[in-house]
Amino acid sequence: MFKTLIIGVFLGIVGAGATVYLAPAVDLHRERSLIDVQPNGGNLEVFRINLPRDRLLVGLSGSVGSIPAGLEWPGEELLGDMQAELFKVRNRNNAVVGVASRLASSTEETGPFIEWALHLPARGTIYAQMELSPSVEGYRDGKLRAGTRDFQELTGSVREQFIAGEAGNEESQGQIELQTILVAPLGDIDEETDGDML
Amino acid sequence: MKFLLTLLIGVAIGAFLFLAGLYYNPFVAQASVSPIAVTDARVMDLSFSAVPGDGLLYTNNGESTVQPFPERVGELWEASIADSEVWVTELQNSRGVPVGLGIKFSTRSEQTELIRGAAMTNSIWHVYLPGRGTFVIDQTENFWSYIRDVVIPARWSSGDNWRGTYNRITTAGPGSLGTGRLTGGSGEFTDLTGEAVETLTARAYSVQTGPVSMTGNLTMALPVQAASQ
Repeated sequence: MFKTLIIGVFLGIVGAGATVYLAPAVDLHRERSLIDVQPNGGNLEVFRINLPRDRLLVGLSGSVGSIPAGLEWPGEELLGDMQAELFKVRNRNNAVVGVASRLASSTEETGPFIEWALHLPARGTIYAQMELSPSVEGYRDGKLRAGTRDFQELTGSVREQFIAGEAGNEESQGQIELQTILVAPLGDIDEETDGDML
Repeated sequence: MKFLLTLLIGVAIGAFLFLAGLYYNPFVAQASVSPIAVTDARVMDLSFSAVPGDGLLYTNNGESTVQPFPERVGELWEASIADSEVWVTELQNSRGVPVGLGIKFSTRSEQTELIRGAAMTNSIWHVYLPGRGTFVIDQTENFWSYIRDVVIPARWSSGDNWRGTYNRITTAGPGSLGTGRLTGGSGEFTDLTGEAVETLTARAYSVQTGPVSMTGNLTMALPVQAASQ
């Protein structure tokens, strides 16, 4: 009887250990990355934000239109005219793949700025700084300033464009489209493979 | 039958012993002293209340202990972001004066391995300091000691709460010394890189509402010319 108990204790320790070790504590959902390879130009990916549905926050001092209702945004004496926005971000197939923040200020004393942080949970984060003036065509270009995890070694550009929705349709005010074109650094040439090819 | 019952009791005891070993594992510890406490770089401190109701906005999938705030904020219920949370808060300097705004994105990490005492999250701070500029901090954080020392004791308590003093560094990487990575964006932080660590100090926690008294601190080591401006 005692031997059976000891065997049970052993099995319990091994079983619990194996369960904790082997069962994934976190298993993030992944949407398929929809990437176009650009000739001589890296990988292009398009993200979309449907307005107003995907907007989580609009914070602007002195504005009556802050979102969500009940938000107590700091006054101008702290943040000046800085506008902070938070969005859900979708891929080209309209599936939510992340969240993003956009900070912009035109009167910041150290210099105006517009920047994005796109947080894609299963992949990493893109931190981009945009040009202040939009192009004649209505888009604004920017540069990848830093990336984390999957985006860590990449360089490239980001383009932001607002696409207006149907006039008078409150449910579809438009879309913000973010295009990223990201390039991986050149790796070392594998001499063996190179030799085989020759 | 008697042997089967004895075996099952043994298995239960074994599983309990394993979990007790996991919980009381003396080889798993997190530092309370910052690895950038000794540095040639200039150090900047920012603090914030880590109680969601004290912030400007907090949202998650709506099914966690801590409820989204304000009440009508959108929830992160979609599968891709259901393990994430977003937190917007004022940041204060070391004298407790508000000096800026911080947005924190956190996602539970697949690097989590409870057997090694690693309850990991990937997090990003997007920070604006008026009159100084913007930057982001990229870090992996380990909340195992917070879960072990605060959350689980609160659940064991008959009053469903915990009171005490907890102070640990949550940052565990990606830097080799367990520091997070700061990347400057605009203003005086333009083109700068530095290191950062986040510390949590908790005094009270409730099972029903989450943190009751908790503050966070971001300590950043910046190149001398930036921090001195």
